[in-house]
Parts: sequence; structure tokens; C-alpha cells
Amino acid sequence: MNYKYFPHTDADLQAMFQKVGIKSLDDLYAEVPEQIRFRGEYQLPEEMSEIEVRQLFDKLGAKNKQLTCFAGAGVYDHYTPSAIPQLLSRSEFLTSYTPYQAEISQGTLHYIFEYQSMMAELTGMDISNASMYDGTTATAEAVMMAVAAGKKQNKVLVSETIDPKTLAVVNTYAHFHGIEIEMIPAKNGVTDLSTLNSQLSPDVAGVLVQQPNFYGIVEDYEGFADACHNQKALFIMNSVAADLAVLMTPGEWGADIAVGDGQSLGIPMQWGGPYVGYMCCTEKLIRKMPGRIVGMTKDNRDQRAFVLTLQAREQHIRRQKATSNICSNQSLMALWATVYMSLMGKQGLKEAAELSYAGAHYLCDELLKTGKFCLVYNQPFFNEFVVRYSGDVDALQKRLTENGIFGGIKLGADKLMFAVTEKRTKEEVDNLVKIAAL
Amino acid sequence: MATVKEGLYYSESHEYVKVEGNYGFIGITDYAQHALGNVVYVDMPDVDDEVTAGEEFGAVESVKAASDLYSPVSGTVVEVNEALEDTPELINKDAFENWIIKVELSDKSELDALMDAKAYEAFCENA
Amino acid sequence: MNNRLYGNLIFELSQEGRSGYSLPKNQFGSYSVPAQLRRKEDAALPECDEMTVVRHYTNLSANNFGVDNGFYPLGSCTMKYNPKINEEVAALPQFAGLHPLQPAETVQGAEEVCQQLCKSLCELTGLYAFTLKPFAGAHGELTGLMVIKKYHESRGDEARKKVIVPDSAHGTNPASAAVCGLEIIEVKSDARGLVDLVDLERLVELEGDSIAAMMMTNPNTLGLFEKQIPEIEKLVHAAGGLMYYDGANLNPMLGAARPGDMGFDVMHINLHKTFSTPHGGGGPGAGPVGVRKGLEPFFPEVSPYHGNFAVAMRALAYIRSLGRENIKLVGPLATLNANYIKESLKDVYELPIDGLCKHEFVFDGLKDKSTGVTTMDVAKRLLDYGYHAPTIYFPLLFHESLMIEPTENESKETIDGFIGVMRKIAEEAKVNPDEVKSAPHLTPIGRVDDVLAAKHPVVTYRQLLAEV
Repeated sequence: MNYKYFPHTDADLQAMFQKVGIKSLDDLYAEVPEQIRFRGEYQLPEEMSEIEVRQLFDKLGAKNKQLTCFAGAGVYDHYTPSAIPQLLSRSEFLTSYTPYQAEISQGTLHYIFEYQSMMAELTGMDISNASMYDGTTATAEAVMMAVAAGKKQNKVLVSETIDPKTLAVVNTYAHFHGIEIEMIPAKNGVTDLSTLNSQLSPDVAGVLVQQPNFYGIVEDYEGFADACHNQKALFIMNSVAADLAVLMTPGEWGADIAVGDGQSLGIPMQWGGPYVGYMCCTEKLIRKMPGRIVGMTKDNRDQRAFVLTLQAREQHIRRQKATSNICSNQSLMALWATVYMSLMGKQGLKEAAELSYAGAHYLCDELLKTGKFCLVYNQPFFNEFVVRYSGDVDALQKRLTENGIFGGIKLGADKLMFAVTEKRTKEEVDNLVKIAAL
Repeated sequence: MATVKEGLYYSESHEYVKVEGNYGFIGITDYAQHALGNVVYVDMPDVDDEVTAGEEFGAVESVKAASDLYSPVSGTVVEVNEALEDTPELINKDAFENWIIKVELSDKSELDALMDAKAYEAFCENA
Repeated sequence: MNNRLYGNLIFELSQEGRSGYSLPKNQFGSYSVPAQLRRKEDAALPECDEMTVVRHYTNLSANNFGVDNGFYPLGSCTMKYNPKINEEVAALPQFAGLHPLQPAETVQGAEEVCQQLCKSLCELTGLYAFTLKPFAGAHGELTGLMVIKKYHESRGDEARKKVIVPDSAHGTNPASAAVCGLEIIEVKSDARGLVDLVDLERLVELEGDSIAAMMMTNPNTLGLFEKQIPEIEKLVHAAGGLMYYDGANLNPMLGAARPGDMGFDVMHINLHKTFSTPHGGGGPGAGPVGVRKGLEPFFPEVSPYHGNFAVAMRALAYIRSLGRENIKLVGPLATLNANYIKESLKDVYELPIDGLCKHEFVFDGLKDKSTGVTTMDVAKRLLDYGYHAPTIYFPLLFHESLMIEPTENESKETIDGFIGVMRKIAEEAKVNPDEVKSAPHLTPIGRVDDVLAAKHPVVTYRQLLAEV
């Protein structure tokens, strides 16, 4: 064998063959019908040394271009404190499995409890689960949860102002699960309460909105929760986690379920994943919530301990009766978010959010001053906004890319959506404006 | 081990009905609570909800299992056993004393389709 | 084990006025979030200095057990070694810094990672196309079933709603089917622990046009190769159903047989099992889905970008490291290790189905049942000896299931050590059963009260404070 991941010596093999009663490795597959036995060579490259693997990925990496990021649309270029990747590389965290054996998994169970506590604080909700894959699937799960919690209601109303990528995933799940999705038309970039009221009916299980919405607008959801609850529908709010350090929380808006992506909590953009989805809800709904949950208990020595709990809800017990098939959480990314919130703490999260807000508003003002841009919506926004450009949007984006800038997301033929985080300097913003003004 | 109580009606999914006038008290049998182990939660319907014979009306959870509750009879829920919200273990203490819902029966003839104590005892032995 | 101060929750180490971060000063002028948009109270997050945070989490890690700590024979989880080069590659800033919506011409390297990985997975499985979108094994399963349902819908065959699964299947299979709007029907296992062909024939006859698919692992959850797969595949295909391969047990098939050649049409792969990406305490994993030619137009939108891309990078690094020569040895060596353990312990542990196993096998508890020592007790006692426990009480076919899966990375010495301890525990069960029943004794905490946790859920620090 003599390969770095295989410890078997020839002597080991002979001894093991003897115990098992075989003469060769091939004999281990004696029962596999010959017609399906793989006898050829895999058409794959030969073994690579570590040096060659590094070279391979360096070469591939060189084909990517690092851009200064002024785009968001759900994924934000926030700052990662250096302690996080170092702590996460601890093998005891990285190479462990789901914490079934509580006695030797207190590390994982302990941080998940902290994660749940922090997410509940951030969203202003009673409780949180141990995390989900990402924001889009967490939202789809929330929609299914609302239907499962309801009494034979099968329709969910979705605001037109949610991220189209989230909507696509929600639509996929809804189609296969047999849930009817009805859109709530937007007015002036926001969801309209009277329109919602006209669409609410006894067959509606839930109402899904986003805050800040896809266009970065901070919507006014006053009265929405009451409207939903009057019709026995659940109010579901999707938010960018980090923004909730400053903004009115889903809890304050009266949401029953708060979901979204936790990528904004210092997790690198890494071309789309892994991130972490969060799901929080009211105490009343705890047993309807999908996913893992960690709870506090005691051990037989009367010590405080943490354990996976409420497992009877889960897929491996409920099988086809389960309300979700999720059987893991995004544990390591939940740890990432937890360490981020521990380091940044009460003040740091707020400060980062406020810096992002200030940077975005400064960029917006400077762009408007060039005379080539105007704001599309006259609404309050957070760290992301949509502008109409009087020139050729494609040419502008190309020019920005050539200058090493990811200059916003194109929306429609003449619109661009920019986002700013605490990582962007005034110099970078001014440079963007200078190029955009050409 | 499990006890069966005389005078009640039993379903094959291990619920019982204790009839008093036009009302039925529905719970799970002693046999069922033994099989489940420590009950940690009872999911109950709301008062005024309709239940239908043979259809789900809630669930009982233990640490390692969850079992749906099927109503043996049809009717309207007039009361739920609120004590079970905080002390679900009452079901383990005495399953027959601690009923789950009280239903105003809409069709008493449905009772004829259920088992009596003797039949249920035999049913459990064969299970 | 743990300095008490650092055994606390991070909230309990918090002091008002401390901070563990630094940010640049605001250079943008006096823009501030208007009061009417603001939350009323600050989130009650901890306030700690950086070193306190670092010590807290470093000490927490010491209360965990990973593959890097020791032998982890957790059945059906394939706890193989997670190579360090994979971590280095995944963290490269040329990839980690990419926004998922960046212009195509600026992400050519990332695109190529995905293409190379998909091509390699096709080659290793004998399928035609892969999508990397699913985030985990269960997510892949759901995605694969969606492909199947869409395929039937595209042919106007909407009545096909039933999925046949063996009674030994993992609970995720029925749950995925339910989420996808499909129904499960179970086919029995025969005395050999394999799909009962007679029962399958009966089901196919009975359900005919309502069969959407048959979903199975091969080897199955007992670690046995379903050698009648050519017959099974013919039966299901003849009835118009598709064959779904749950890739949970793909590892022993590397170098031995390919799902595509076995007649499967759709499958998912757990990159965190077969392709060495770390389990991370429960995630992130990745569950790419592969299909036979003609089914790729039915890939659904189950995630917005490229799945867990950084996980895909690790898997590609693994496949490239091993190369075509070594990847062929993965299955055989994992299978050899499993059979060696089985043969070395079957005189003291009950082996319900004898014969060759693949990468894993199931004992039905101790052979001597008179001691009252259960599978749970054996599992907990193993913790005292510094081993992770096997998977217990799964599959459900036996009362005292103890499912053992070593991987190809384990040396004979490691395995011999484990065998020795398993025998020792069997001996202890006879002479000192109470010692085993009350295990573990040497772990940071003892057995936990599951009932208390479930009856009265305390799942946040705020709730914990309200308790006191």
C-alpha cells in the first residue's frame, strides 16, 4: 500500500486476511455479481503529492479575481476577527460528529447552547434551534413549519420584496410539498398592509416578509403581526442577522418565526457557502420547530450538562411523519457565528452595523452628487440601496471590474444595487464614485 | 404488567373512551403509556375543535418516541386536560385517570365499533 | 479536565464595559440609524476581552472528541481521517473572498473546481451529471427525489407517488419522501438481511403504476451487499420506477462497484463521509446529486449558489491527493478492517447475520444476555477507555444494535486495541456488571437526564437565568 492515509503493512494485511479467511482484498467482494464489479481504471489523474495539490489550487486560484466588494443581495463582505479561524481549526471541534454521546461532546453542545442563546437575543425571539443549512432553506423550512403548525391551512403569502433567490428555494419546497404560494404585490418597494389584509383568508397558514427587504429598505411592519394573528396565520420574518444588532427585531415586530442567514456574522463569502441558516420562534412553537435543539439538563453527578433534546420531533424518530427531513445542523458555522458574537459582543456588533450604515449612506450621497444616479425608492435603507444609472449599466460594471471593484448587482436594465460593510474604507468608496462618475 | 379497565371502550391504536352521558373522555391506555416510557409532552387540540373517528387529534411524546393520537369517536372538544401541559408524566402515573380530551359525542353508535376491556386485553396479548 | 472558570457559559464570563474587537473609526461623517428604526434594547450579547474568548473556546474544545483524538467507529457515519491539506486549500483567500454573484470572468478558477469535482464524481459513480447545490446528505436525498418526481411529472405520470424502501432504511429516507410529497412503502428484509425479492415482486405487482422509485443503500444499513441488485433493478425499472442510491454507504464501493453500473438512476453523495471532508460537529456537509443521462434537466433549485463550495474544494483536494491508484484501495481496506473486527469479536458479541460484511456490521448486543448489560452500557463504557462509541440502537431490526464502522485509515494496532477493550468490557459485564452499567466514570460528565431536558426545555441563557 504505502500511501500516507493507509497504515496497512504487508504483514498487517497477511495477518488480517488470515483472521477473515480470505486470500486477497478481491475476496472481500466475492458476493458482488461479476457483471457489476468495477474492474477497470478510474479515468482520474494520478496521485498528487502535497506540493502538487498546492500547485493545482494555486493555479486555479490565480484564475479568480479578487474584487473590492460593493455588492450584497444577501451575502456581505463583513470583517472576520483573526481568532475565529484559529479557534475553529481545533481538531476537537472540526473532526467530531453530531454530539450524540453527550459525555464526550460537551464542547459542541455547550457552544450550540450559546449559539441558540445569542440568536434568540439578536432576533428578540424566545428560542432558537441549533442552526440550519443557510438562509434560503431555513426560510423554506419556516414555510413548511407554518403549514404543519396550522390546522389544514395550506397557503402561504409571500411579499414581493423578498430576495428572489430565497423565493426560488421556497417555491421549490412548496411545489413538492404541495403548499400554495401567493405573492403580496409591493408598492413603492415595500409590502403594503392593506393589500395583505385583502389577501388574508382562513386558508392562510403563514405570511413571509423580509427585513431589511431585498432592496435594502427597512420596512414598517406595524400592524402586520396582528393582521396575521387575527386570521390564525403565523408571521414569518427573514432578516440579515448582523443588521438586527441595531434594527427593530422580528420579536419586536411580533413575528412568530424569525429566519435568515447568519453569513453576515463574520463568515467569509466563499463563493456561496458554507454559511449558516438561523431559525428562532416563540416558545409556544418549540415542538413544531425543525432541526436540532440543545437543552440544559443534569448528569448523574448533579453537574450542569447540555444535551440534544426534543428529538422525538425529528426525522429519525418520526420518519414519514416528520415535518422536516433535516438531520444535522451547520454546527461548525454556528460556532463561527458564536465566536464572532462573543468577540464583537454587545457593542461591536452594533458598531459594525452602524459603520456599514454610514458607509452606505455616504456612498449613496456621493453617487447622487455625480448627477448620473438617482435613488429608485424614497424609503429608509440600511447598508444597501438601489439606484438608477443614466448611462450604460453593463459598461459601468465592466469598467468597475477592470478597476478591481465588484460594483453592485444589476437589477433590470438600468438599475444597480450597492452594499457597504464596515470593511470598506472612505478611500475605496471615493474611488468607486470617481470611476462611476466618468 | 399493563392494566385494562372495565367499562371503557378501546381502539386498536390504544386510545380509550370513558363515556358519561353524551360526553366521552379520551386518553391513552396503560399499555400505551408503558410502551412509550416517560411522557414528556402531550400535544392537545383546542376547545371547540372537531375530532373525527379514526383521525389524528394530537400526539404524545416521550424522550425517544412520538406517537400520534387518533380519536376513537367523532365530536366536539369541550375540554382539554390542562394539567398535562405542565405535568405530562401524570399519564405515566395513571393513564386512565388522566384523560387527554373531553368530547361531546356526535354519534354514539361509533362506540359499537370499539373493543370492550376483554377484547382489548386479548388484542394486546396478541400484539 | 477543565478550569472551572472556563467551564462556564460565555455569558457568565461577561463584564460590562469589556470588549474583544477593534474596528476602524467612522470616516464617513455623521450618518446614524434613525431612532424609529432601532431596536429598543441592545441584544444581551456577552462583553469579553479577546483572550477570555480564546481561552473559553479552547477549553470547550477539550471537552470534545474528534477523529483526530482517537478511534471513532461510529457506524453509518464513515468517520475517516480529514486531511490537513484540504483545510489549507479551502481557506485560500483566492477562493474564500469570492462573492457568489461576482462576474463570471472573475471566478473561472472556482468554476473549474466545481467542474473537476463533478467530472470526478461521475467517473467514480458511473453517472452522467452532478449538481453541487445540496448542502447535506438529507438535502441531497430530497433533491434526488425531487428529480424523480419531476421526471415522472414531465411524462404526465403524476400518479407515481410511492417510494419503496427496505425496512432497514434510515429514518431520513421516509422523512425526505414525505417532504417531497411522496409516500413510503416498505419492503421486507429476508433472513439474510437482504431485500426480500418475493416481497418486492408482490409490491411491484400490487403498486405497479404508482411506483415512483425504489430507494436503497448498497451495501445496506447492516453492511451487507445487496447482491440481487441486478434483479431488483430489473423489477423496478420494468414497473416504470427509477432507482435511487442513498450514498451514505458509498465508501466500501470505491474500487469495487459503481452505482451507475448497478442500475441506479439517481444518487446523492455525502462528501463528509466518502470524500473526507470534516463533520464539524454535525455540519457543514455537502450532498451532491448525480443522475443518469437525460435526468439532468430536472435538477431543482434547492439552494441559491454552488452549495457548500468550500466543502467541495476539500473533496476535490482529497480525490486529487489519492489519485486513481489509491482511491481504488479505499473500499477494500475499509472492508478489510470491518471484517477483521467482526471476526475478532463475534465469539463474545451476538452477530445476527454471519458472513462477509462491507465497511460496517451490526452486533445485537453482548452474546451473554444474562448480565443485564445493554448496548447502551457497552457504548458508555467504551468512552471510559478513550474510544468513541459505535452507533447504537440503529438499525431498528435488532433490539440491541451496535453498529461498528472502522475506516480505511485505521491501523491494525488501533483496531487491535479496540478489540481488546471490547473483549475486556464483555468480561467486565460478567464479573462486575455494575461498573459497566454505571459507566462512563472518567468523562467530564456522567450520564445525562434526557427526560428532564425534554420535559422542561431550557434552550437559552435567558431561560436558564429564569430558572435560578
